[in-house]
Formats: sequence, structure tokens, C-alpha cells
Amino acid sequence: MRATKGETTMSDIIKKPEPGRFARAWDSDIAYSFRKSPLAIVAAAVSLLIILAAIFAPWIAPHDPFNPATLNLMDGFTPPMEPNQFTGNTYWLGTDNQGRDVFSTILYGARISLFVGFMAVAFAMVLGITLGLIAGYRGGWIDSLLMRVADVQLTFPSILLALLIFGVARGFIPPAYREAMAIWVLIVAIGLSEWVQYARVVRGATMVEKSKEYVQAARVIGAHPAKILIRHILPNVMGPVLVIATIGLALAIIAEATLSFLGVGVPSTQPSLGTLIRIGQGFLFSGEWWILLFPSLTLLALALSVNLLGDWLRDALNPRLR
Amino acid sequence: MADVLLSVEGLTRRFDVSKPWLNRVLEREDKQFLTAAEQASFEIKRGETFALVGESGSGKSTIAKMIVGLLEPSAGVIRFDGQDMDFASGAAMRTLRRRFQMIFQDPFASLNPRWRVGDIIAEPIRTFGLLRGAEIGNEVGRLLDLVGLSAADSAKFPHEFSGGQRQRIAIARALSSKPEFIVCDEPTSALDVSVQAQILNLMRDLQDEFGLTYLLISHDLSVVRHMANRIGVLYLGRLVEVADSKRLFTEPQHPYTSMLLDAVPDLALSGRRRMPVTGEIPNPINPPSGCTFHPRCPKVMDICRAQNPPDFTTATGRAACHLLATEVAAAEKI
Amino acid sequence: MKPPILSVRDLVVEFPTRRGTLRALDHVSFDIAEGEVLGMVGESGAGKSLTGAAIIGLLEPPGRVASGEIWLRGERIDNLPREKMRRIRGRRIGMVFQDPLTSLNPLYTVAEQLIETIRTHMDVSDKEARTRAVALLDRVGIPAAARRIDDYPHHFSGGMRQRVVIALALAAEPELVIADEPTTALDVSVQAQIIDVLKEICAERGASVMLITHDMGVIAETADRVAVLYAGRLAEIGPVRDVIQNAEHPYTAGLMGSIPTLTQTAARLTQIPGSMPRLNAIPQGCAFNPRCTKAFDKCFVEQPDLIARPDGRQVSCWLYDAQEKEVSHG
Repeated sequence: MRATKGETTMSDIIKKPEPGRFARAWDSDIAYSFRKSPLAIVAAAVSLLIILAAIFAPWIAPHDPFNPATLNLMDGFTPPMEPNQFTGNTYWLGTDNQGRDVFSTILYGARISLFVGFMAVAFAMVLGITLGLIAGYRGGWIDSLLMRVADVQLTFPSILLALLIFGVARGFIPPAYREAMAIWVLIVAIGLSEWVQYARVVRGATMVEKSKEYVQAARVIGAHPAKILIRHILPNVMGPVLVIATIGLALAIIAEATLSFLGVGVPSTQPSLGTLIRIGQGFLFSGEWWILLFPSLTLLALALSVNLLGDWLRDALNPRLR
Repeated sequence: MADVLLSVEGLTRRFDVSKPWLNRVLEREDKQFLTAAEQASFEIKRGETFALVGESGSGKSTIAKMIVGLLEPSAGVIRFDGQDMDFASGAAMRTLRRRFQMIFQDPFASLNPRWRVGDIIAEPIRTFGLLRGAEIGNEVGRLLDLVGLSAADSAKFPHEFSGGQRQRIAIARALSSKPEFIVCDEPTSALDVSVQAQILNLMRDLQDEFGLTYLLISHDLSVVRHMANRIGVLYLGRLVEVADSKRLFTEPQHPYTSMLLDAVPDLALSGRRRMPVTGEIPNPINPPSGCTFHPRCPKVMDICRAQNPPDFTTATGRAACHLLATEVAAAEKI
Repeated sequence: MKPPILSVRDLVVEFPTRRGTLRALDHVSFDIAEGEVLGMVGESGAGKSLTGAAIIGLLEPPGRVASGEIWLRGERIDNLPREKMRRIRGRRIGMVFQDPLTSLNPLYTVAEQLIETIRTHMDVSDKEARTRAVALLDRVGIPAAARRIDDYPHHFSGGMRQRVVIALALAAEPELVIADEPTTALDVSVQAQIIDVLKEICAERGASVMLITHDMGVIAETADRVAVLYAGRLAEIGPVRDVIQNAEHPYTAGLMGSIPTLTQTAARLTQIPGSMPRLNAIPQGCAFNPRCTKAFDKCFVEQPDLIARPDGRQVSCWLYDAQEKEVSHG
């Protein structure tokens, strides 16, 4: 006599076997939107290709550009797809002044660029999300303080800020460790210059979520604030964070390239795409265009495709804009 | 007479709705306060349903939130089963918290969309450490069955359910810590009428089965009349009348109560002639002087504009209206 | 007998989605007579607002009228070009929505909006339009209308705003007013006032009203006839008193029983088990069959059409088909 068994839902009427995890994901709205967007598919393919090539660089690269034993200075300045005039060796994308295979250096360079990019984004995300959650949930003076810091930081161009952080950090590190620490300093510098975006978005979303009744329901039973933030609110604010993170990855890669191009990034013993471009631009006017062009194209393709992917993700997660 | 489970005395809540400091200085304005609840006092007896009705700005939700600790009172005391509720003291409150729960208005917002139903229902069990391991799953299944769903639903996500089913899930969750007292904040106002009936019936069945005590917050007088034993009528943060449910509707003592009753559409088509409702609720930041209802009151007297009326005991309960003073005086003369 | 102001015939509204086409309105037919108030009730998702949107040609894409006809005083309007339809909206069909803020432009004063509407649709001078606007505001119960007309919408309270919207809807003296949940966002004590104003002013001006609401009480107080929608289909249509006091369709009957009233005494409310199916899961036959206590074989196979009943009532339920057969054969 108690209330009748639940109301009919779709699943009650269409009795079909429970689809597997993959089938469900494939059928989801976001996967559908992806399948319907040629631009997103191309962007994803290009990004994935570059990322995989970078990860497997030691196996794919025809040469190890950082092993002096395998380098031959005589191979220097070989144009693409042409045999070298002294050694007769042919390289797809030519070689640089030291005889390093450009294709191989790009693979290794992309590796460094992507590593710095991912790590910087991860660092900015952790910092931004944590501060954003606290500011949004607590409000009051903590919120005011954090947001004013963010406002001030936003008035600086982020690359300038990264440069500043980079410079200050190097001042504290003993010269013996500078080379080894450079990449980490770079990651922290880029991450610190990008956290504001995550913090702002997360703060806004947190303020929306904390007034929702599921959060109040957790507060009524006296759940700990940290638990409410991590278990309840965090999963619900991750959507916009993913969008910024994707676009932020492209930004971080470009920031790294800019810093390296300016000569304050990774050392030339581990050249990133930016370092390669810096090295290459020295040869542009002497006719060795390939040393500059191919790393630049790779950087462009990587940044553009990741950016397009981020744009698509933003639209897909925000159906109102469609 | 049944014993008192929850008592509230002089419960008051003011919100600071001032503009930011800099604007205030520049525009030479004082701080502004909104009194959402003023000196509310009432008692809820074990096993009864006490309802608070009122329109927007009446403070009914504010009072509910203060009782469950979502808002801190500006003044006043809340006593649960004889113990003062002090939400600041974590350890002492832990045992008290298990004994009350809340059901919210919007079942689309009250269930975390990223959690599985089983975890949502089990959250109070885990938080209070009532059960562990496989026992939790069994208990969740039993609760789902109790509210008319099936144990298999615990693996699903909230979006797979209709509004009514979600409210059942919210009820199952509220019951999971085996509370004695449940605050129901507009539990059916987001639901369609045919589903509303299911939920109201379910709430009644559960009350009978577990001896629950309800505080029902609603703007819908018909729902309140159907569910409550006693009713408190709120207007602009003040409790203007408290009366037995059935008699409130036949013998309203406060003019505002009469007006509210007259505003309810007459579904029975009885053709009863009603006093036309006039005016709107004033801005609670600048409430009218004296009795806040006086600008809309058809029976307004001079004293109403000057003095806030005290509570008078009536045949049906109590009401705060100067008219009752004259009645009392008239009765004494005779 | 006069021809109806509005005549909707076999209206079908569909939403193409990637999982197939959803039929949100399924062969809905009804008339609104001159000066009549037709209430349209149903649960959320039943299609009552869609019916209104389809009539005024404002279906949100990808929704579209798949078939059927809509006639406004003998003129077919469902296939009119966008531009012509826009002139009908506002001029011949006035609209009142749930949220007054969606109907009022926050950047213009009430006077500007009213005068613009009046002058777009009627050939009057600016001064004349203003006089009319003030008279209209006064009529819908705005105190000191001549002064308040130059205020912006946010200067008005919720109830007053809805009065302004009603004035706006009636500014061009339309033949039909479509009011979609006009009181849902308002407080109980304000609701009653707005309903009274809407009812009186439409009666005065001879405008017919299509009142869309989920609130049976509002319908009971206001409407002459009521149409009950369920899962995009008309369940029952007839005079208000008959439908409320003696519902014939099992859904309507259940619905009426499930509403608590100020006079009822039963300890439990009648409840209809389950809930309305989603559009992608409407069962075969009668859409109500899984919840119906009186369903029989035919209900699970064949979809009932509206069956004419005494007193101008129509019910789409096989129970009444069978009865008629019995009567005629017996």
C-alpha cells in the first residue's frame, strides 16, 4: 500500500541489455558532437600524431641528435631531400649547422615542449583550482585577497611575468644546478603566470555550486568542508576547467617557445621547439631556411590543433552556445 | 500531551544587504539590513507535522535553514529534544545532527549529478559511521525499496530519473541516518500535481511507520492543510498566527491569514464570495512601521501603524493582531 | 453560430533529434470561440507551452510543425511567411509570458514600449498613443499611471510588471491573448489579482484567451472551457465545471483527485501511479495506458481519437467508444 513502484522511465520501457562502458561513451553527447565536427577530428588527429611522435621520439627518430658520437659536422647544412655534397647522406628535412637531423631534433624538441606544456598546465591547474575552490567556498577576505592578487597579476603580460619569475628563480639557484633545474624553473614560471584563469573560473563555478541544494544537504549532515570541496564541488566544476586546460596547453607551449626563443628557456643542450626556432632564425638570411621553417611549422600545427580542440570542447560542453 | 521535540525561541536573522564599503562612503548611505526572521517562537511536538506558510520574503526558508544549521541565527535559541543546538561545537552537534534531516525543494539540484544514487543515499550513513562494508549496500537497497524504487537503481545517476523519482531518492537519503525530525522545504513545489500526491502520500506513510516529526515549509495552503497538524503563518519575517490546522481554515484570526485563504483559487467551484486581495508584499529592507501588514489590512486601526502587536492567545492558538486586543478588552468588560 | 477565433486542426509538432524524431504534439485539435477563455492544462512536458508557441509561430528550432493547420478567424496562419506572422503577433495575437522580464525591454521606459506597440499596429498620433497607453495602464491597475508610465520596468514590482505586460499584450487590441503561465512566478496573494485583471480586461475588450497553466485552480477560476493535455495529446476538452467536477478521462479524473484542496477531508490523496512518459518512450496505443487503472486490450494497441460526448465535451479514451457501441447495439 505504500507508494506505488517508481515512475516509468525510458529504461523501464525499452528493455535493452546494459551497454558496456565503451559503448556508452561512444553514444554520449560529447562523443556525438566530436564525430559531427570534422575540424575537431582533424585537430585531434594532428595533436595526437605530434604527441605520440614526441613520446616515441627515441624509437622514431632516425638519428639521435644529442649523441655527439653519431654527429658528423660534414653533414651540416644539408638541404631537405638532397644528398649532402660531402657525405652523400640524405635527410628528409635537412640538417642544421652541426649536422643534426632536423626531423629528429623536431621530435625531441616537441618532447621537451610538450613536457613543459603539460607540466606547466598541471601546475597552474592544481594551484588555480585549489585557490579558486577556497576563495569561492569561503568568500570573505580570503576571496577578496586572492582575487585582488589575480587582478594585479592580470595587468602584467603573462610572458613578462614568466620572464620575471624565471629571472628571480635563477638568482636563487646555485650555478651548478642551473642547467638541470632550468626546465623546472620554466614550468613553475609558466604555471605561475597562468593560474589566475583557473582560479577565476573555478571560483565562479564554486560560488554557483555551493548554493545548490546538494551542497546544503551535505552541510546539514555536518560533512567536513574539505570533503564537500573535493568530493562534491570539484567534480562539478571540472567541465570549464578542462576547456581552459586545453587552450592553456597551447598557450603554455607558445609561452615556452617564446621564452626559449628569447634565450631564457631550456638550455640548448636539450633544445625545445622554441630553442630550435631561435637557432634556426640565425640561418634564415644565409639561405638555410629549413632549419627555421620546419620547427616553426611543427609549433604552429601543435598550438593550432590543440587550440581548435579546446574551442570545440568549449562549445560541446556548453550547448547553449550552439 | 506529546512532548516537545523542537522548540524555537526568539529566533531572529538579519542579513547585511549593504552596498560595498566604498559605495557606501561615496553615496553617504548607512548600512542596510534585511530582517528575514524576527522573534520567531514556536514548538513542535514529537510525531506531529508543523507547517510554516508564507509568501516570498516571509522568512520561512530562513527559519528552516537556521534550524538545520545552514544559517547562523542573529539571536534566539533552538532546542532539540531539550538540548540547545550550538552548531559551533562540532563534537556535541555530531550526535544531534544524526537525529534531524532536511528534504529540499528542487530534486534536480539536491542530488549531486556526479554521484551514483547509492552513494548519495549512503552519504549520511558513511558520514556518521553508522554501518560499514556490505551492510551499507544492503541498507541502501532497503531504503530504495522503502520509497518505491528498486535496489538496482543505486548504480544509476540522478539524471536517469524523473523529478518525482529524484524526490524519492532525496527522501531515502534523508531517512538513511534514521532521523526523528525532518525539515521539508517546499518538498513538492517543483513537482507536477499527480507526482505531488505520490510524494505527499509517501511522506505520510513514512511518518506513520517511523513516528517522524516534520517541519513542513510551503507556500501552498492546500498542501499545508492536507499535511499539517498545526500551522504557523509568516508575514515579512514575523509569525502572525499559529493555529490548529483544520481550525485555521475555518476560523482565521489574523487578517493576513484570511487574505491568504481568499487568494487560493477555488477548485471546488463552490462560488464562495471572497474578499478581494489587495496590494503586494512590501520591500523587507524597509518594512512598514508598526504591524507590517497594516498597509494591506482591510481592518487597519491607528494603533496598527504605530505599534507592532504582541501575541494574543486565541481559541485556535495564537495571533499577533491589535484587533484581538480590543476583542479581549471587550470580553473583559462584559 | 459564429466561426471560432482560433481553430487548431490536427497539429503535429516534431523535434528531430539524432536518436529519431520526437513527436511533442500529436494531432491536437481545438477551437477557441469569440470571447472565450480556454484553459490549457497539463504536467510539465505535456506540450501546453509548445501549443502556444506553435500558434504564434515561435517554435524553437529544431522544433517544427510537421502537419496540421492553424486558422485565425478563417485565415490560415501556420504557413505564413515570417514577416506576415510577425505582424499578426502583437497586433492580432497578444502574448503574456511567465516571466514579465522576458516580455519587457529593460532599456526602454514602459511608455516607450507601449507607445511603440500601439503605433506599430495602429494608425494614431504619438499623443493619442500615449493617452491610450496611460488609460491602459490605469485599467490594469497601476496606481498613478500617468506618472509611472515613464518609469523603467525594473522600477515595478513583480506583480506590477505582469500588469504592464498585460497592458502591452492588449495595447493593439488583439482578438486573442495567449497567456503562458502568467502567474506562476508570482506570490499567491498577487496571483489572484493578476488573474482577475487578465480576465476582466479581456472580457471588456472581447479578446479570447488561451490560458496555459499547470494550476487547475487558476483554470477553475478563469476558464470557460478546459483542454487537458497528456504526453502531447489532448486527453479531454470541455466546459470547465464538467471537466473538474466530473472528469471522464481517467487521467483527468486522477489529476483532479490528486490535488489537495481546502475543503477535502480524505487522509490520503488519490494518486496516479508512475509519471508521464518522456517523449522518446511514449507507449503504443493510448499514452496513458501504463498508468491507467481502467485500461483494457484495445488501449495497448490503438491510439484513441477525440470522441464527442454530450455537452460539447470531447474525450480521447476507448472507454467511451465502447459505451457508445453498447448503447447503439443494445
